[in-house]
Amino acid sequence: MLDQTSSAPTLLKVENLTTQFEIEAKSFFKKPSVLTAVNDVSFELKEGRTLGIVGESGCGKSTLGRSILQLIRAQKGRVVWQGKNLLDLSEEQIRMARRDMQIIFQDPIASLDPRMTVGDIIAEPLTVFEPKLSRSERLQRVQDIMAAVGLVPEMINRYPHEFSGGQAQRIGIARAVITRPKLIVCDEPVSALDVSIQGQVITLLRKLRKEFGLTLIFISHDLSVVRLISDDVLVLYLGRIVEAGDCATVFSAPAHPYTQALFSAAPIPDPKLARQRSRIRLQGDPPSPMNPPPGCPFQPRCWKATDICRTKMPPTELVRAGQSAACYHMDLPAEA
Amino acid sequence: MTDQTQKEVLLELKDYSITFKTPDGDVKAVSNMNLTVRRGERIAIVGESGSGKSQTFLGIMGLLAKNGQTSGQALLEGRDVLALKPRELDKVRGKDMAMVFQDPMTALNPSLKISRQLTEQLEIHRGFTARAASVEALDMLKRVGIPDPTRRFNLYPHELSGGMRQRIVIAMALLTKPKLLIADEPTTALDVTIQAQILDLFNDLTAEMNTALLMITHDLGVVAGLADRVAVMYAGNIVEEAPVDELFEKPAHPYTAALHAAIPRPDQDVDELVVIPGRPPNLQHLPKGCNFSPRCPQVQDDCIDRPPQLETLAPQHCAACFHPFPRREELLTHA
Repeated sequence: MLDQTSSAPTLLKVENLTTQFEIEAKSFFKKPSVLTAVNDVSFELKEGRTLGIVGESGCGKSTLGRSILQLIRAQKGRVVWQGKNLLDLSEEQIRMARRDMQIIFQDPIASLDPRMTVGDIIAEPLTVFEPKLSRSERLQRVQDIMAAVGLVPEMINRYPHEFSGGQAQRIGIARAVITRPKLIVCDEPVSALDVSIQGQVITLLRKLRKEFGLTLIFISHDLSVVRLISDDVLVLYLGRIVEAGDCATVFSAPAHPYTQALFSAAPIPDPKLARQRSRIRLQGDPPSPMNPPPGCPFQPRCWKATDICRTKMPPTELVRAGQSAACYHMDLPAEA
Repeated sequence: MTDQTQKEVLLELKDYSITFKTPDGDVKAVSNMNLTVRRGERIAIVGESGSGKSQTFLGIMGLLAKNGQTSGQALLEGRDVLALKPRELDKVRGKDMAMVFQDPMTALNPSLKISRQLTEQLEIHRGFTARAASVEALDMLKRVGIPDPTRRFNLYPHELSGGMRQRIVIAMALLTKPKLLIADEPTTALDVTIQAQILDLFNDLTAEMNTALLMITHDLGVVAGLADRVAVMYAGNIVEEAPVDELFEKPAHPYTAALHAAIPRPDQDVDELVVIPGRPPNLQHLPKGCNFSPRCPQVQDDCIDRPPQLETLAPQHCAACFHPFPRREELLTHA
């Protein structure tokens, strides 16, 4: 349901993707239980756009990102990339496809091998995907990319522990973009960083997106950060898309009660506004994905829930152009 | 937002410093800090990692690492808690002042039931019998919004969600009706919807019990809805202190202003994000002048020459800057 009007070609199409994990039973005699982390997720991503995936811990946003890259293999559905369903490909074929699809992780220091120098870390994708490059060509590429992400050339022989979080994230970004990928999945790339550094990294991502013509999937729990960088947004709850659309529309008038609650809970750095606005006070915690409630996943916490919500999962419907949501009661005005 | 200046002083920090002895020499994590907290007041201490915001209050609670040393005074109702013997401090800590930490799992003892962890303080600090303590503790669980408290009373911490655990920790801290509650990033590890619940809880309970709240956080957004007054820390110093509305409307220190402008907003589109270049200084190699001068967009010669002192710019509003009140355009740097 994401911006169909844009004329750019589709880069990635996800259809009914479902990722499940088997959880070992506590007793030998019992069957293992199944946790559905990503449940029947479909969306389309146009080239050059940035898709934000928002949700709270345990909603499946990281699993979705990894299932797209085939770092976790999904059980059902299709991930169509350059005309092929990635779920049908062999490990070797996927490895070659990864040249075009990269990932940036949340913990910048932990995602870098502590025993490799910065230069080696950034060059590693090149040794895999472009083994024919000469040593000097490779060095040139590493130096170019370091300049592009704002690392000074002298850092090339240093080790990850010598870097602050923000700089380490720049190294992670350099490693991701050096093969000139088409798609980068950014999994909470700024969550571990201080506010002042967070802005630097987002500004860098925005700059690289333009320079390299990247398409981004930006996973975050933080609505404000998603708003800064995304064109489109998916809101995930307990593995399901509850609302999707282009950012401007969804952010100006969220339709799903969960999205409304999420907005209403996001802190606003303005004391007068923060005191004035009436907040939706959600009760309780999100349910466990091991034991999802019947019907709509949000119904146990939803103030609009009725009988039908408790029995049948609401279908995804168009709210207005560029916005869709899965809720039986989304047309009712927002309650304060 | 009532006028807080009329109320009685509860805690007063005077020329308070913390120094850590390290193999590479002494590191001053907090330098010559002065702060007044009145009864029932809510103060937010805002800063980034390494600003000294957590150490300040660990020092008051007597919880510094072994190589840490405090100096100056921390007067709680006129009594200097820094000068107390460990035995005397035990009587104050947990009773007159309590603390809530960021990670509720490490704050709770994993091998004890919730019930035991809650009743302990009542028995120690308020001389309750086991039975009376149970009744009181259960009542507090209800007040912090734990659903089905009777059942949860007998669970272990690992059987509860993160939000629920933080409620337990808050219940624990408030059971002894402390005069001062120090909360160190209490919602940082929680999801936004749960964060909102916990902030509401702080709001309601501290008002109800007239407990002063010191909220330590990196998040100015969280501060906006909760605090009466805000102190911004940078590299071990308070660089600005003001009532919350004034701090957001007219930030005097360029660091405060930039920090405020750098926060992405959920309710607005931002085309041009303010970026603070560089990173906080190493506390072992502080600049000669203002600590923020290497990152400041409007730095001038005097800033590099000597450190500015906190000066009062308006009633209750002070900042340590030679050239206060930057305009937003001056903060836009192109990284």
